[in-house]
Amino acid sequence: MSPLLTVDSLTITTRAGLNLVDQVSFSLAPGEMLGLVGESGSGKTLTCRALLQLLPEGALQITGGRVDFDGRDLLRLSPREMRQLRGAGVGMIFQNPSTHINPLMTIGQQMAESLRLRGRLSRKEIRARSVSLLEQVGIPSPEQRLDSHAHEFSGGMRQRAMIAIALACSPRVLIADEPTTALDVTVQAQILKLLDGLRREHGLSIIMITHDLGVVAQTCDRVAVLYGGRICEIAATADLLKHPAHPYTRGLIACQPHANVNAQGPLTTIAGAPPTAEEMPAGCRFHPRCPDAQRRCQTRQPVVHDVAQESGHRVACHYPLQRLIHRELDHE
Amino acid sequence: MHRYRFLLLRPLQLIPVLFGISAISFVLVRAIPGDPARVLLGTRSTPEALARIHAEYGLDQPLPMQYLLFLKHLFDGELGRSIIYKTDTLTLLLERLEPTAMFILGSVLLSVLLALPLATWAARSRGGVADHVIRLLTTAGLGLPPFWLGIMLIILLSITWRLFPVSGYGDSLGEKLYHLFIPCLTAALSLSAVLTRSLRSALIREMRADYFVAALARGQSERYIFWRHVMPNAIVPIINLLAVNVSWLIGGSVVIESVFGIPGLGQLLIKAIFSRDYMVVQGVVLFFALSTVLVNLLADILTVFIDPRIKL
Repeated sequence: MSPLLTVDSLTITTRAGLNLVDQVSFSLAPGEMLGLVGESGSGKTLTCRALLQLLPEGALQITGGRVDFDGRDLLRLSPREMRQLRGAGVGMIFQNPSTHINPLMTIGQQMAESLRLRGRLSRKEIRARSVSLLEQVGIPSPEQRLDSHAHEFSGGMRQRAMIAIALACSPRVLIADEPTTALDVTVQAQILKLLDGLRREHGLSIIMITHDLGVVAQTCDRVAVLYGGRICEIAATADLLKHPAHPYTRGLIACQPHANVNAQGPLTTIAGAPPTAEEMPAGCRFHPRCPDAQRRCQTRQPVVHDVAQESGHRVACHYPLQRLIHRELDHE
Repeated sequence: MHRYRFLLLRPLQLIPVLFGISAISFVLVRAIPGDPARVLLGTRSTPEALARIHAEYGLDQPLPMQYLLFLKHLFDGELGRSIIYKTDTLTLLLERLEPTAMFILGSVLLSVLLALPLATWAARSRGGVADHVIRLLTTAGLGLPPFWLGIMLIILLSITWRLFPVSGYGDSLGEKLYHLFIPCLTAALSLSAVLTRSLRSALIREMRADYFVAALARGQSERYIFWRHVMPNAIVPIINLLAVNVSWLIGGSVVIESVFGIPGLGQLLIKAIFSRDYMVVQGVVLFFALSTVLVNLLADILTVFIDPRIKL
């Protein structure tokens, strides 16, 4: 299937000339859920905000790349065209629904303003459509909840309400920026199930921004791992989790705490801290923390290349783990 | 409706406030040397006449007794009789209410009309030329004393340009507004400085709120978001500031009405103090206190009405 959204070599630069997002490329097929994984500061949120031109004004600039959506380059839209695309073409939900929903307006009012923006509807039609949206996201007694304010909802219901508000714009792509981070584990699973259902039933494409590989494993078809503003590895979820090719991905997987009783030992961590924008290391940005780093890693930036062409597994590493394993097998 | 339950409790809080105010005003006005009967009789005062008037108005009673008598009248809904005007204080109060109410309402309205566009402009062009110019103006407004501002406005608008009358009050509504313009402008200029700055910073804070980005991401225009989302959120804390301004104006009316010759409550109070018209002083002070409390209560109701999160 041809992709719905293609990000090609997107680069975002600070006023000081630092690339916070550097040559990031990925694509999203209709009905696909893509995970963007990385630590805070890895550029995953910036990448997605750039798609909607919602970067902090003045401080950051998109200095390169293309974002192809529906045959148009999103980076070259006029402000008016961008406004029409926001919400309807590409919608967004956020980590903290209590601050991203206007506290003074009811959930119904906030859905209504989106519905009104996109077609002449009567009050009755708006109400009917809003009720069905709340039903769709699994909010009980939607008729009454329509007139509730954000603070009257529980955490999970509030996130559902924000999803309903975003859905009122009928988006084709939904960017979900850490939608479950602030929630209890049991509620997390419900929200993930809801998003998965929206994708299956309504063909919604979703970009799931998260730092949690567990979330990715449950829901995403493919994953892109970001580190220091660059793509390390991109692959189908199962492939990535089973055969990570980048040492950073391997580290992330090792860091996942398991519910497995047998795995007792201490929790694994990746030594060191992610680089800040001011002190991006040369060469591979992960090399100061990489257990397998060699001299070449310190000076030369690895390019993204195929690990296995047919599955679309790509990695940016001079010494990818997968190729090494294949070689060892060859020698035997 | 449980959020409006404070409306049942708040009037109870009024009771100690009004007791306190009535006691203080009762003591203070009697602490001033002088005697209303003497003022009334002037050169015709004889010991017999004085005693007659004292007896008529209960001034021959000991002070605690007089206070209790005052409270008793209050419970009957009476503020006592004015010695000088020889009428019921309440009637007198109601007669003088209109100019003061018009002055306060006009000043608040004018200050909002000044502050709203200035704050909006400053917030939307944050860090720009307009923002700096408005900051300069409001700083100047904060620094200038209102009495000086009033004099300057009279010199400029009344004497030099002859646009507005120097003082007084009219008969028709138009005439009244015409006479009240300079006093209202004087008060409004002083009030709008703080108002503009507070509203500007509230607007800027709300423009940075997450719901702003979320609304942008839904395809709303910045203009729409500013008026529909940002403004109501920024207004909530400003409502209480407006109530404080009204309280200031109630006190300020005493001076401003005297300066501009407005026949309102402030002027009545001053005259009553000079003639030791005890009942009128007590009545006006009590009325001012009551108004101040009620205005703040109104602000609370408004805040609760606008912001569903607030519980009092």
